[in-house]
Amino acid sequence: MPDTIPFPSAQVRFGSSSGQPLTRRDGFLKVTGAATFAADNHPENLLHAVVAVSTIARGRVVSLDVEAAKAHPGVVEVITPANCPPLALDPDEKHGLFGFRFDALQNDRVRYAKQPIALVLAETLEAATEGTRLLAPVYETEPARIGFDNGEPYAPATVGVGGAPDFDRGDLAAGLAAAAHLVDTEYETPAQYHNAMEPHAIVAEWDGDTLTIDTPNQAIVLSRAAYAAFFGIPPENVYLRSPFLGGGFGSKAILAGPQILCIRAARMLQRPVKLALPRDQMFGPVGHRGATRQRLRLATDAEGRLTALEHHAVATTSSFDEFIEPAANASHNLYASPAISTRHGAVRVDTGTPGPMRAPGEASGSAALECALDEAAAAIGIDPLEMRLRNYAETDPATGRPFSAKALRECYAQGAERFGWAGRPLAPRQMTDDAGRLVGWGMGSALFPAPMFQAEARATLRADGTALVETAAADMGQGAWTALAQIAADSLGLDIEQVEFRSGTSDLPDGGVAGGSGHTATAGSALHNAGTDAIAKLAEIAVNDPASPLFGAGNAGVEAREGRLWHREDETRSEGYGDILARSGMESLEGSGTGGRDPADAEARAMFSHGAVFAEVKVDPDLGQVLVTRLVGAFAAGRIINPKLARSQLYGGMIWGLSFALHEEAIHDRRTGRPVNADLAGYHIPVHADIPAMEALLIDEDDRYVNVLGIKGVGEIGITGTVGAIANAIWHATGVRVRRYPIRIEDLIG
Amino acid sequence: MNLFDYVRPASVAEAVAAASKPGAAYFAGGTNLLDLMKTGALTPGKLVDITRLPGLDRIETLSEGGMRIGAMVRNADLARAPDFAAAYPAVAEALLSGASAQLRNAATVGGNLMQRTRCAYLADPASVCNRRDPGAGCDALEGENRTHAVLGWSDACIATHPSDFCVPLVAFDAVVEIEGPEGRREMPLEEFYLLPGETPEHESVLAGGELITGLRLPPEAADFRARSRYLKLRERTSFAFALVSAAAALQIEDGTIGKARLALGGVAARPWRARSAEALLRGAEPTAESFARAAEAALADAKPSGDNAFKIELARRVVTRAFLLAAAGTPESVPALPASVFSSDTGVSIHA
Ligand SMILES: Cc1cc2nc3c(=O)[nH]c(=O)nc-3n(C[C@H](O)[C@H](O)[C@H](O)COP(=O)(O)OP(=O)(O)OC[C@H]3O[C@@H](n4cnc5c(N)ncnc54)[C@H](O)[C@@H]3O)c2cc1C
Ligand code: SF4
Repeated sequence: MPDTIPFPSAQVRFGSSSGQPLTRRDGFLKVTGAATFAADNHPENLLHAVVAVSTIARGRVVSLDVEAAKAHPGVVEVITPANCPPLALDPDEKHGLFGFRFDALQNDRVRYAKQPIALVLAETLEAATEGTRLLAPVYETEPARIGFDNGEPYAPATVGVGGAPDFDRGDLAAGLAAAAHLVDTEYETPAQYHNAMEPHAIVAEWDGDTLTIDTPNQAIVLSRAAYAAFFGIPPENVYLRSPFLGGGFGSKAILAGPQILCIRAARMLQRPVKLALPRDQMFGPVGHRGATRQRLRLATDAEGRLTALEHHAVATTSSFDEFIEPAANASHNLYASPAISTRHGAVRVDTGTPGPMRAPGEASGSAALECALDEAAAAIGIDPLEMRLRNYAETDPATGRPFSAKALRECYAQGAERFGWAGRPLAPRQMTDDAGRLVGWGMGSALFPAPMFQAEARATLRADGTALVETAAADMGQGAWTALAQIAADSLGLDIEQVEFRSGTSDLPDGGVAGGSGHTATAGSALHNAGTDAIAKLAEIAVNDPASPLFGAGNAGVEAREGRLWHREDETRSEGYGDILARSGMESLEGSGTGGRDPADAEARAMFSHGAVFAEVKVDPDLGQVLVTRLVGAFAAGRIINPKLARSQLYGGMIWGLSFALHEEAIHDRRTGRPVNADLAGYHIPVHADIPAMEALLIDEDDRYVNVLGIKGVGEIGITGTVGAIANAIWHATGVRVRRYPIRIEDLIG
Repeated sequence: MNLFDYVRPASVAEAVAAASKPGAAYFAGGTNLLDLMKTGALTPGKLVDITRLPGLDRIETLSEGGMRIGAMVRNADLARAPDFAAAYPAVAEALLSGASAQLRNAATVGGNLMQRTRCAYLADPASVCNRRDPGAGCDALEGENRTHAVLGWSDACIATHPSDFCVPLVAFDAVVEIEGPEGRREMPLEEFYLLPGETPEHESVLAGGELITGLRLPPEAADFRARSRYLKLRERTSFAFALVSAAAALQIEDGTIGKARLALGGVAARPWRARSAEALLRGAEPTAESFARAAEAALADAKPSGDNAFKIELARRVVTRAFLLAAAGTPESVPALPASVFSSDTGVSIHA
């Protein structure tokens, strides 16, 4: 498996690397099939593992026909709670902020459908698969609790990852009392499952007390420690390789039962073991987005300015752990209101535990908020864009802090211009096309936080004038291999071709989490700082060396460019990196850097990416079939390192939003709790024919506070705004306000 | 997947002999069979591979008129066979509206006819299903049944036949040719499928070992070629089964309808021929009102089998629209989005 990415032809580059729309460097490997994904690894003597999963959602496994499974030719071992050695940590305890309780055969209890109840190991995948069938489990079944009205309501301690469930600012009662108009409305969003193209997979191999795992992972170094803890070994003993992920969307950031079981089995049997989840097992133990029911009250004055904004969300979680989709938090930072009040409730149902799924909370909350705002605009009789402008937040509504940068007004203006929003009739059901189909236009605002985590990186200048840069970043398809290398090359004043970029394995400096849309900002800052550090050290040597043309320039008196240090005031004085190192007898010179945000900056300013999404839909007036014909998004997300990759991320987000609005829904049988559409024939996501002409405009934004590079994130924001824009366009086309996602044909045939 | 024997017979006679023992299944494109084997819903002891049987992959124009299509012709090949598409454009359109390009390349004519219902409980061996396990019960009755039947169902089974291809075939009186241990027989496709009644496990008249060898489309079917359409309502623009679909065809002379054909998909355990509607249209003017009356008649006996009452009204509207489209004339070429209400909105023709 390559640690670095060879690529076939030189990239054409103009000036600095950053800002250039380089094609992803791993694209060639991927389209030729040469990229090794976890399940592509076949170490010698490999055993195949298949998880047997429960078909009930609550109860106990009474018996398993282990003998029958073991008698099947090729089956080597069956692991059940009866023979599964305990883990070093209790999987029913919480371990750390990102630690979720999971099922790894610790007992015979069943708490959701598709929960692991045994692991079958065999010489072939087919034998292991048949082995699971032969187990013919017998259960003691308790009735499943599925759906908001059948689950157990409770008040959650936290929402999202460690967030507070409730928030109040201003005087809600006063704001409500002052209202000229009040919209009181309720929206529902369904359970959704991540379903990355590459299902979770792992190949685990032990050598004494050291463990090598090939598994797609969004938080490589962090996960190394988490895995190690469950097996009672030091983190250094785990070598985790994750050069490529076939999508993650949050579900590959969190440790789950199946992977732990595979590692467990490899240790028990002292052989390498491979486990790749079949598609249907993506609908149980590896997280999902919980369903939400959201009530919003929007009080406005006669002109449509909010006097109070209240957002209550109830979300589903499992019976044994807590992840509450923080949907109501979507109302904290977007629209100015003197009073904002948000609450979260929870309902325990018999499904696996939800987890962060691309734009957790922001997506589902925006889906409701943007429609509620549209309802308010319609009630008052003003244009939806005007409504948003009247409620434009000049400072962060939740904290009153200034924004680090906010070019949302430009997003509205340029997005509207590009889309041709002007002249949109106020009333619904006014526009038709030549074929008599209803046409509607809708819009939504997009918002996503610009967080930073912690990361480290190393940059090594080499005697030949090239450099090695290293950080354990995760490329989920978003383009980390490319964008991070661009940043690293710039920080070193080198052409990208001269920089060897190592990433994707746990023996490298911690690249942080590919999540929260903060990876490029965090790992990128670490790389930038590492490169800057290496250059500073090099400059230190040069300016103090009488033999150097740069002697006496002073550290600040030189700059790095094209593989040389240059005297700032005298273009005739410069020296190549290799020459400086050679003269001082050094083989190489190492710099290091970290990425993270100064807590003082984080306290002082509110940091968000913003955007505006405009949608056109056509709806057949009799048959209710919807086609989104145009989507225009305009996004301001700080400095864009690679516009091509950034646009792809935004497109992906917008398509996800379309999927949310019109397609995705996991349906669990109300009696058994089993998902009835646990495959991609039944769990719909859009196909090409559903994807409209799409544009993502990148709006300039110079943010001096977010981080040294001015980078925010683009990975998740595209979903927000889009869901509501489409739903609002459907209302505008038909006059029907659908308050439950996904919007279906029967909602529109009246 | 269970262990099974695999045989690859060299002739139809050998295939029939091999498949006549209980527990055998014919393997054609495998796109439906293997999926159900993977979930454990089907556990055949023997697969009889018919993919290399000689002579079953031909599309022939018959001397007495009409066409004969071998059971192993792939869905994509049939849809793109120029003579076939010209004579039976609605059939080609239906074929191209089904599944995905990859699946259509693999799926066969015989397999498409014999594909099982998409009722989720049939595919899930942990559920009870009268089709899979006669007498066990029907989990769909009180379960997720939003897409289930509104015509011809019984309390024993409310599933629908999912094929698109078969809908215009039934409208055009296609005949199935069968070879079996008892010899050869044939029958109209419409009669080939059985409604569930008390014995939903009998989905078709096919008896043990019987093999579909081909299909015939009668010459009269081509008389509708100037005005025949297939219209399919689905939950995404492509790659989804029909929620409701209709094949509608007309012969119009001097402003009045001579003959009409109508079959519906996604509403019953078999493609649903609506002869009462056809009769109403004879001699009528090809107007929206006439078609709406025909639609009323077609759905006169419909009743919801669960959370699917909307399908009845939807089906009426689909019928009306399909007739309007048929009356407007068959398009020059199959639209880029076959059978879609948005066929004219995107893309260019793929079928010159
Ligand atoms: C994701 C997905 C989406 C789909 N979408 C659609 C859609 O939109 N519309 C649509 O119409 N279809 C759709 N299909 C179904 C597809 O058309 C069928 O799977 C296909 O036609 C089956 O043909 P096959 O040759 O692969 O059959 P196989 O899977 O090989 O066989 C299916 C059944 O037919 C039997 N059989 C096969 N050939 C014969 C024969 N000659 N005589 C007797 N018995 C035989 C087999 O024993 C088996 O029971 C979809 C399928 C999938 C997987
Ligand atoms: S509707 Fe038919 S196929 Fe579905 S569960 Fe009931 S009996 Fe089985």
